[in-house]
Formats: sequence, structure tokens, C-alpha cells
Amino acid sequence: MHSDQNRADRAPWWLRLLAWGGLGFLHLPIAMIALYAFNTETSAYSFPLKGFTLHWIGVAFANPDVLAAIWLSFKIALVATLLALVLGTLAAGALYRHTFPGKEAIGLMLVLPIALPGIITGLSLLSAFRLGGIQPGFWTIAIGHATFCVVMVYNNVVARLRRNSHNLIEASMDLGADPWQTFRYVLLPQIATALLAGGILAFALSFDEIIVTTFTAGNEVTLPIWLLNQLTRPRDVPVTNVVAMIVMLLTTLPIIAAWRLTSGTEDIAGSGK
Amino acid sequence: MPHDTARRGLSRLTDRVYLSPTLWLCLLLAPPLLWFGLVYIGSLLTLLVQSFFSFDDFTMNVSTVLTLDNYRALLSPANLDVILRTLSMAAAVTLASAILAFPLAYYMARYARGWKKGFFYVAVMLPMWASYIVKAYSWTVILAKGGLVYWFYRSFGLSGVVDWLLSLPGIGGGTLATSNLGRFTVFTYIWLPFMILPIQAALERVPGSLVQAAADLGATPWQAFRTIILPLAFPGVVAGSIFTFSLTLGDYIIPQLFGPSGLFIGTMVYTMQGAIGNLPMAGAFTLVPVLIIALYLSIAKRLGAFDAL
Repeated sequence: MHSDQNRADRAPWWLRLLAWGGLGFLHLPIAMIALYAFNTETSAYSFPLKGFTLHWIGVAFANPDVLAAIWLSFKIALVATLLALVLGTLAAGALYRHTFPGKEAIGLMLVLPIALPGIITGLSLLSAFRLGGIQPGFWTIAIGHATFCVVMVYNNVVARLRRNSHNLIEASMDLGADPWQTFRYVLLPQIATALLAGGILAFALSFDEIIVTTFTAGNEVTLPIWLLNQLTRPRDVPVTNVVAMIVMLLTTLPIIAAWRLTSGTEDIAGSGK
Repeated sequence: MPHDTARRGLSRLTDRVYLSPTLWLCLLLAPPLLWFGLVYIGSLLTLLVQSFFSFDDFTMNVSTVLTLDNYRALLSPANLDVILRTLSMAAAVTLASAILAFPLAYYMARYARGWKKGFFYVAVMLPMWASYIVKAYSWTVILAKGGLVYWFYRSFGLSGVVDWLLSLPGIGGGTLATSNLGRFTVFTYIWLPFMILPIQAALERVPGSLVQAAADLGATPWQAFRTIILPLAFPGVVAGSIFTFSLTLGDYIIPQLFGPSGLFIGTMVYTMQGAIGNLPMAGAFTLVPVLIIALYLSIAKRLGAFDAL
């Protein structure tokens, strides 16, 4: 009987093979990026690799174009995340409890920027900016990014608010706390990790975004655009390899952090991009 | 004491706001609604209006004369070709993702326990969030001549098979990276996690007792899978397919980097607005994926896909 139970709990060998094989497929390109960043070869991608070096990491960090792109992407992601935190939290506060006509439409509107293909968001913003005579640049990129980042914060905060008891807020007000005190000492501690997780996801999403960005960037070169330019006109293969690894780390490490912040709760951050 | 009165006045005001749900709601909603209304919906409408403007091929100017010409041009054979090419790739990628994702999702939902559960979850989420452009770059490295795949099939003496695959019409091309096979592989790789997680979520909700009952009543494992698990997991597959389908339809970077020269909807939109400056036609073209996705969503809704999200 006991051994029967064990056999039912253990996957057949072919299923294990397919599952672990699938994981291998998902991680192979990531592993390749990690390997090639330390490659000694400078103009091709031959495999097996020619040799190991740390030389190109120093070269990449001394490259002014790369540094400028990293700094620009960082600034944009920061502004977009801050805007998304404010707008997403407000929307979550409005939508989590009350029902009113048009509520579902508003929910849909928040998801639409990431649900619709990026070319639509990008081209729409571009046509509106052109019509308004707004020159594309830092702010047009940041505005576009903030728009599709809102939903990341909204999803996390709304899930947290739904789980928490609303009575706590009423109790706090009844006991004489002013709204700021209620927000600071009752609401904020409850939603802090959700805000942090949502913020991290928004930051990672913005830092890596390319499709909308190519439409709104004008002549600005964010880090993903710098990489895309290298892909279409390869010049510095070893530097590109290093930058690819940096971007990979900057987009995956935060996801682990966001996951740790929300694991154990019902709605885990990052399960939808 | 003026300070005290001010304080009392403020407290009365906040009570008033808090006790009137409508006022409170309006205050909360105003900033996000203004932002989305102005920036997003406003832009979408601008694009929609522009798609009815006309474009003069000789002067390269956009005029505000309203016309349906752009939409009529969508139905020209050349443009239908682009739409059909994109649609068939989206369908193939969706199908392949579903086939690859199902066993992985099934293992995650039914067999992974303890640390393995968290491990698999993160291991699927990580490649999903890893930079899109870096993943694309990685595939140019993998598929390059002399690269990993090249080394692999050469050392196993499979060059004949690869050459034969590349000579097939519809699949093949000059090299792995410039073939439809290469483009298909990259698309499938990049959207695969978006298929795994919804299927896993749907399978997670199938009670184990149901499978047990099927076995007790004499069903073979295959029968139990086909008549119980598959129908219950299907909404998850449909939910995942919404992502893989819509993401492939709207992509313009992968078709540009991998595969033969034929245009996709995304690359068409990009060249129309960029090199040519025909924003009205580009706008009309963006409506194609929107309409296809809307149609797809309405079918998916009927198949119960949204219960699995």
C-alpha cells in the first residue's frame, strides 16, 4: 500500500524528462549569455569558447556610450516607477472595495497598455506627441513607460488590499487618528511589501522595454536600444556580450526579490508580465 | 487659537471626505483617470483618427482629408500576404508553446512538492522576466555559424538533416538564423513561459481526488488524462494562447532579426511610420492585430479562458 502511494506521487520518467528538458530549454540562452561575457574571442560566436577573460568587463564599464545608456535607462525606470507607484496605488484604493458603474472599464483600461501589442501603444503615443508638437526625448519615454507600469503596482496593491481587513482603517479613524496617521501607521505597513514588489516589477519592466521605447525615444539611446543597435549593426561583440549579461542580471535579480517579498501570499508578484 | 481651529477644520474636512464615498472615490480616481484618459486613451484616439487621413506618395505629406483608402489598401494582395504570414506564425508558435508547456506545467502542478515547487516556479518566471532584447541577442549567438547549434549538429553528424530541413519550402532559408525555422524557434522560446504559468494555474485547480476516482472506476491513466484532466486544463491553454498569439502578432523585433525577408504586421507598421512617414497607413495596420485579438478574446471568453487567469 505504502509503496503504491509512492509510485503515484512520483512522475513517470518521460514526464520528468520533458519537464526538466523544458526548464533546460528556458535557461540555455541565459547560460549562453553568462558564458560569452567572459569569452576571449572578439568578432565571432564560435563554440566551444576560445578562452576565459575578465578583460571585457572593464572595457564595457569604461565605454561612455554604455554608461550613458545605463544611466538614461536607470533614470527613466526610476521616474516611471515613481509615477506608477502613485497612480497604481490610487487606482487600487479606489477599485478594491467599492462597486460603481464603469469599474470594470477602468480595470480594463489599466491592463490595456500591456495587453495590447507594444507597437499600438508606441505608435499611438508617437502620433499624439507629433500632433501636440512635443519633441520625443526623456519625458516622452518616461510617460510611455509609466503608462504600462501602473498595472504592475495596481495588481499587487489591489490583491493585498482585498485580503486585509478594512475594519483596521475604520478602527484607526474611530480612535482619533487623522488620515495621515492612519495611512502612515495602519495602511502603509500593510501594503508596504506589495508596493515594493510592484515597484520592483515596474522598474524591471521599464528598464528592459524596447518596443514602445523605439517609437517614443527620438534620438535618445536607452540600454535596450543600444543593444538593438548592436544587433543590427554589430561593432563591439565583446562589449555587447558584457552589456547583455548586465541587463540580464538587472532584469532577473529584482524578480527574485519581488518573489521573495510576496511568496506565501496568494498572489505572487511576477506571475504575469 | 488659530492653529487649533485650522486643525479642527481639517479634521472635519477629512471626516466629510471619508464619510462621503463618492467624494473619496473621485479624489482617488482623478489622477489615474486623468493620466490614462489624457495620455493613453487620447493617444489611441489620435491614432484612430489619423488612420483615416490621407498620405500623398509624391509629396510625402499627410493631409487631413478623411478617407477610407488606408483600410481599402489593407485588403490588397500584398498586405493580405503580410497579415496571413503573421497569423500563420502566431498560430504555429501558439501550438508549439502549448505542446512544450503542457508536460512542464503538468509536472509543476501535480508532482513538484516542497522546495521543487518554488524552484520550478522561479525557474519559469526568471526567463519570462529576463530582458527580451538580451534573449533575442542570445539566440543570434546560439544560431550563429560556428555557434552552439552548429557545433552540436556537426559533432553528431546531423549536417544532412539540418541541410534537408533548411531546403524545405516554408520552413527553410539560407542559414538557421535566416530561416523561418529559426524565427519560429526564437518566438516559441520567448513566449513559452507565458503559456506555462496559466496552464499550471489551471491544472493546480484540478482536485487530485478526481483523478483518483477515475482510476478507482477503472479508467486507464490515458483515459483519465483525456477525459478529465485535459478538459479541465483547456481554459488554461486558451489563456496562455492569448499571450503567445497576441505577443507574436504585435512583435516587430524578432521578425527583423531572424528569418527571411518577408514583412510581418509589426515590421510593416514600423517601416510605414519610420522610413516612409506614412503614419495614416501605419495606424490602419495597427488595427489589424487589435481586431484579430478582439475576435480571439471573444472566442476565448466563450471557452472559459478567463476563469483560469
